[in-house]
Amino acid sequence: MAETLLFNALRDAIDEEMARDPYVCVFGEDVGQYGGSYKVTKDLYEKYGELRVLDTPIAENSFTGMAVGAAMTGLRPIVEGMNMGFLLLAFNQISNNMGMLRYTSGGNFTIPTVVRGPGGVGRQLGAEHSQRLEAYFHAVPGIKIVAVSTPTNAKGLMKAAIRDNNPVLFFEHVLLYNLSEELPEGDYVCALDQADLVREGKDVTILTYSRMRHHCLKAVEQLEAEGIDVELIDLISLKPFDMQTISKSIRKTHKVIVVEECMKTGGIGAELIALITEQCFDDLDARPVRLSSQDIPTPYNGKLENLTIIQPHQIVETARQLKAGRI
Amino acid sequence: MDSSAGAAGSHAERLAALYPAGPSSVSREDGLMLYRDMTLGRRFEDKCAEMYYRGKMFGFVHLYNGQEAVSTGVIKAMKAQHDWFCSTYRDHVHALSAGVPAREVMSELFGKETGCSKGRGGSMHLFSKEHHLLGGYAFIGEGIPVALGAAFTSRYKRDALGDASSDAVTAAFFGDGTCNNGQFFECLNMAALWKLPILFVVENNKWAIGMAHDRATSDPEIWRKAAAFGMAGEEVDGMDVLAVRAAAQRAIERARAGEGPTLLECLTYRFRGHSLADPDELRSEAEKTFWAERDPIKALAAHLQEHGLASAEELKAVEKEIDAEVADAISFALAAPEPDPAELTRYIWAED
Ligand SMILES: Cc1ncc(C[n+]2csc(CCOP(=O)(O)OP(=O)(O)O)c2C)c(N)n1
Ligand SMILES: [Mg+2]
Repeated sequence: MAETLLFNALRDAIDEEMARDPYVCVFGEDVGQYGGSYKVTKDLYEKYGELRVLDTPIAENSFTGMAVGAAMTGLRPIVEGMNMGFLLLAFNQISNNMGMLRYTSGGNFTIPTVVRGPGGVGRQLGAEHSQRLEAYFHAVPGIKIVAVSTPTNAKGLMKAAIRDNNPVLFFEHVLLYNLSEELPEGDYVCALDQADLVREGKDVTILTYSRMRHHCLKAVEQLEAEGIDVELIDLISLKPFDMQTISKSIRKTHKVIVVEECMKTGGIGAELIALITEQCFDDLDARPVRLSSQDIPTPYNGKLENLTIIQPHQIVETARQLKAGRI
Repeated sequence: MDSSAGAAGSHAERLAALYPAGPSSVSREDGLMLYRDMTLGRRFEDKCAEMYYRGKMFGFVHLYNGQEAVSTGVIKAMKAQHDWFCSTYRDHVHALSAGVPAREVMSELFGKETGCSKGRGGSMHLFSKEHHLLGGYAFIGEGIPVALGAAFTSRYKRDALGDASSDAVTAAFFGDGTCNNGQFFECLNMAALWKLPILFVVENNKWAIGMAHDRATSDPEIWRKAAAFGMAGEEVDGMDVLAVRAAAQRAIERARAGEGPTLLECLTYRFRGHSLADPDELRSEAEKTFWAERDPIKALAAHLQEHGLASAEELKAVEKEIDAEVADAISFALAAPEPDPAELTRYIWAED
């Protein structure tokens, strides 16, 4: 079977779900005639028509709020953030309306929505287009957050997110759209709340997500050559964390590194390590380590940008130190 | 006291220019139904103030006194449990007009499990899926896109799913101050662009807490902003329930016929402070008197009697009935159970 690019895997998932369920629709800027800024909805406009693949004006807070009202009255909208960063303008709708409304309404309404789009630090896109909103949105109650990292999990998670009756924030990564691999056949659906045990190992656990999975894989290769046996876990679900998989691994390795692309302060790792400390303290042989982006706006200059986010050699070095008992 | 429009300011002058509205007529049955609904709104709110000062309800409570002709005029022209309604923090009376039982609204204000939002929402967050109340929204403007979404669903069902019976119309209620917010303009644009079946009902009561309308906006005539989007816009005497009802009926007819949205600016006034916590220090006596003399409930009562549609005794009987209904809501709410602490985290997820 031929390999599929990640953006096409997402597209296939949306196409299959739209064909299966006539209430599934897409809202966003340039999702229709243009096919999406990263071509995730290519040709769906022709196939499903202008209402099911709705090209919206550039009005993030209002079209996101509109998705909430549509979901409350029976539709299952997928909202595309042309870049996830733009959804800062829809923070209110995502927080107050998607996240809190079901609770505030005492269970009157459900909000089956998916908010998806490209996040993360790309190549020299400047600070505003290099956001990692997963950290900003992490405290919002009532939403699930997932981050995809391979064509296979992109497809399976997208289908699961569309079928879920809760609001799901679905983070893709600007630099991963052209990854390609062979996809599982048939109606492939992943669990939204399950981490992916990428590689088993016994020396140290690395927890990561999104593009950093691939940085970690590079590091793991080198560490393997040095005789350091890493257990690599892709979190997939950033909210809630799959603590079962995580704590099982820590019981085995007793050492943990979190590798993340978000900034350190108030980041995903901050919450994750707090939970690990609460739940796995007695299993740890060393303090947990965070490798995060610098707490700065992402600079444009390529060298500075590389210094802002974690690089594979830093992961290698940290794992060495941990293994050697120097941390 | 001087109650001429001049002394009462430009908002009053606009109303005076509309006055008297064209000849309006109503059947005896409809007239009594409208009178009943407005009286329920008024008496319910008066009781809320009393309960608030007696420490039975808490938080921010925004009463609707004076604006009843808008809720009743619009919602009672729509189809209950078919059309959709979207409100703000000033939502008690919209909920009542939409048919949410007074018991459910009052117990919500008391934070009880029997409330329409199970005591989780409170005064500013009344919801009822059963009665198609999309909610009370406490942040300025955020309800407008939600209402737009409900209107989009109507069109989607009709045109994308081929359900010819999908003709529900949505009414979004909000204030004059909210019309300076981006969501207002964004949603007007999208509603007109996609010809969505929605009524944007502006309850222009001249004030946004302490900010006078003409100090906040470049053109105080909000209804004119419809023209910029190529949609129907209408200015209506918001103290005259029959005028509001007639304007709403025109707008609803257009919406159901697929002709798109209407911006309806209802000139009205709140008879109390912004909320029960507002000292209400900025509004002049002349202004308050001008509007008090145009009390929409008294105006309807006069109309019904002048046209021989109802006698003073009949109206009294309606009021007595309403008082009994509100008293019942109070005793129901007082006796109702609080939410079970074991259910503190329930309703976060769709599954529970
Ligand atoms: C986003 C946001 N900003 C500020 C407030 C505080 N606030 C509550 S009501 C109000 C005035 C609104 O006036 P208007 O739209 O005219 O409605 P009215 O209260 O007169 O019915 C303000 C500023 C809020 N609730 N939400
Ligand atoms: Mg106002």
